[in-house]
Amino acid sequence: MGEGGIPVPKLTRLENECHVQTTKPSERTASTPVKTRQSHTTRAGWGNYPRVKHKAIIPIYWREQAEHLSEIEGSLLPYGRGRSYGDSCLNAGGTLIDIAGMNRFMSFDQETGLICCEAGVTFADVLKLVVPMGWFLPTTPGTKFVTIGGAIANDVHGKNHHKAGTFGCHVTRFELLRSDGQRLLCSPTENADLFRATIGGLGLTGLILWAEFRLRRVPGPFIAKEQIRFGSIDEFFEISADSDIDYEYTMSWVDCMASGRQLGRGLYMRGNHTWPRRVPGKPSEAKPLFTVPVELPAFLLNTFTVKAFNEVYYHSQIGKIKRQTTFYDPFFYPLDAILEWNRLYGRPGFLQYQFVVPYATDRGAIKEILRQISASGVLSFLAVLKVFGDVKSPGMLSFPRPGVTLALDFPFRGRPTLALMDRLDQVVRANGGALYPAKDARMSPETFAASYPNWEDFAKYIDPKFSSSFWRRVAQKQHQQGIR
Amino acid sequence: MKLLIVGAGSAIAQETAKCFAKDGAEMFLVARDAEKLAAIRQDLEVRGAKRITTYTLDLDDLSRHPDLIRAAVDALGGLDAVLIAHGTLPDQKAVQDDVEKVMAAFTTNALSYLSLLTLLAPHFEAQRRGCIAAITSVAGDRGRGSNYVYGAAKGAVNIYLSGLRARLSKSGVSVVTVKPGFVDTPMTAHLKKNLLYAKPETVGKRIYTAMLKGQDVVYTPGFWWAIMWVIKHIPEMIFKKLPL
Repeated sequence: MGEGGIPVPKLTRLENECHVQTTKPSERTASTPVKTRQSHTTRAGWGNYPRVKHKAIIPIYWREQAEHLSEIEGSLLPYGRGRSYGDSCLNAGGTLIDIAGMNRFMSFDQETGLICCEAGVTFADVLKLVVPMGWFLPTTPGTKFVTIGGAIANDVHGKNHHKAGTFGCHVTRFELLRSDGQRLLCSPTENADLFRATIGGLGLTGLILWAEFRLRRVPGPFIAKEQIRFGSIDEFFEISADSDIDYEYTMSWVDCMASGRQLGRGLYMRGNHTWPRRVPGKPSEAKPLFTVPVELPAFLLNTFTVKAFNEVYYHSQIGKIKRQTTFYDPFFYPLDAILEWNRLYGRPGFLQYQFVVPYATDRGAIKEILRQISASGVLSFLAVLKVFGDVKSPGMLSFPRPGVTLALDFPFRGRPTLALMDRLDQVVRANGGALYPAKDARMSPETFAASYPNWEDFAKYIDPKFSSSFWRRVAQKQHQQGIR
Repeated sequence: MKLLIVGAGSAIAQETAKCFAKDGAEMFLVARDAEKLAAIRQDLEVRGAKRITTYTLDLDDLSRHPDLIRAAVDALGGLDAVLIAHGTLPDQKAVQDDVEKVMAAFTTNALSYLSLLTLLAPHFEAQRRGCIAAITSVAGDRGRGSNYVYGAAKGAVNIYLSGLRARLSKSGVSVVTVKPGFVDTPMTAHLKKNLLYAKPETVGKRIYTAMLKGQDVVYTPGFWWAIMWVIKHIPEMIFKKLPL
């Protein structure tokens, strides 16, 4: 069952001649959900909103096979594992280049920790290979099911941002294929501008074929973890100030349903790599607990269930501080244990909202936003708070910057959800903050321009054949107007 | 473990090879495309394979099979296991009325298998140990109107393997028939996917365990055994009318 024997067509495509149906967030309400007919070229980000149709999805499996991009009609966008939440990984009416099958390792130096692999290799693949040899990812987001290409394109960050910066800070070089057939080696010294544009460049500067990056040494697969309960946002900032020096990994869960005196209560998690004196069980390949088989009915997530969940979770530990040694997997990827967990939000999907605001103004802005969410009655039960450090990423359009970041998710309930997020935008912009494109499905061009004032410099490096639904939404129109 | 993989470029074979690489196997990889072989070789080396030799060959060229086997035995210093995994999925409608195309499909999917198996049999019979695995298909279990050229070629290999197993079992050599169902690989990239499609990783791992255990016939994923049991037991007078 392979391709030995007869020549394989250079590019096999999944064609879809149906009319393209795209939906603008503003046109959607809970009472009139737009039904996009499911087809094999329909894709959504991890939030399952929006769902859009593509002209074709072309899988590529080999680096050499990718050299025929210019033959494809219409616009292109690389697609990895679709873990971006909104539409930054979608290209409605255009073509997605599916790179998940281009997933081979190329070299790994066990002395220096320099690893090189094709763009479709996932963080999970890397961990499986390198952890037994005493190496670890330089930084990792909350899921390991992202590709290296996607990690670069979104310049992902993790719980150790205050120490290590973004993933892009650890990338030493990569090869970028442009639609005119050029294969460009990009590094801080070669094609340096394209290197900086591609890190955090949302896949728009060309197709990353492979990348080389630096791993970090670890004593073993264990994390010494501490979980501290905090009763308010002010307490969070106190713990945070104490923790960021001594702890490699820090982040917090915040109860967004709490209000009044309890506003901003939550659990602070911090940890370091460790090799414990007593090993808690045999290190084994982490197996997912279960798969959510179908999209659950949306009504299962309601004020009562979310409040109950938060109450139980907040009180899940008896003392103020809980200490334990765990494997890295449950520490970094608690949600990966439930495959397809996004289906919990049901057919309408959900929206993520992640912003960063500078230190100087942080408490006021965070408090204001928590107050607005709590007052709005809109549900959010996976709220994550973290202080970013000042390690600068090479990426031009990189999201993390010194300050405080809060990530929220809202089950999609149409207009009220979108209206709340628009109000939050005002607070973020008033405080000089920014939103994260990888999690966005609805920010306005104005909010994008305010978040990324250098976006027009970035736009010069976009490959003329590459585009995305996200980019057309936030930038294309402005850009064209600017040119006129 | 000294392992020969024929059709090493196939997605399923690559996944099986990854499992063996982790165990530090020595490998001899055969495929048509030198660039692809180089990429696979790097990947398997990073994953722990000890010594890898690559060999570029169009497997339709049956006359060169003896050289291939000799080169593999020389390079590895013997053979513990073989996986034959190459193949093509002919477009039934495009080939069914064209003798040349039907023969070409048979050369790739049946004759080249029979040729390799014929050459390998005495080697394994003489050394009285080892494992020969070949990937056929559930399509080889019964001729369907929509895919009988491919099915007949795979069916021929199934029957050959069954007989070879009977012969070599006396020498302690295991012969593994692998019958994958639908797998999401480059070979099926142009087809619409449904719930029956499995990942090459799942199938590749299953082949690895089947080879280590020396199992006889393996449907992968396992539910295909039940599907094919039903398919095989439908009377022909009904079966011929089914849109399968």
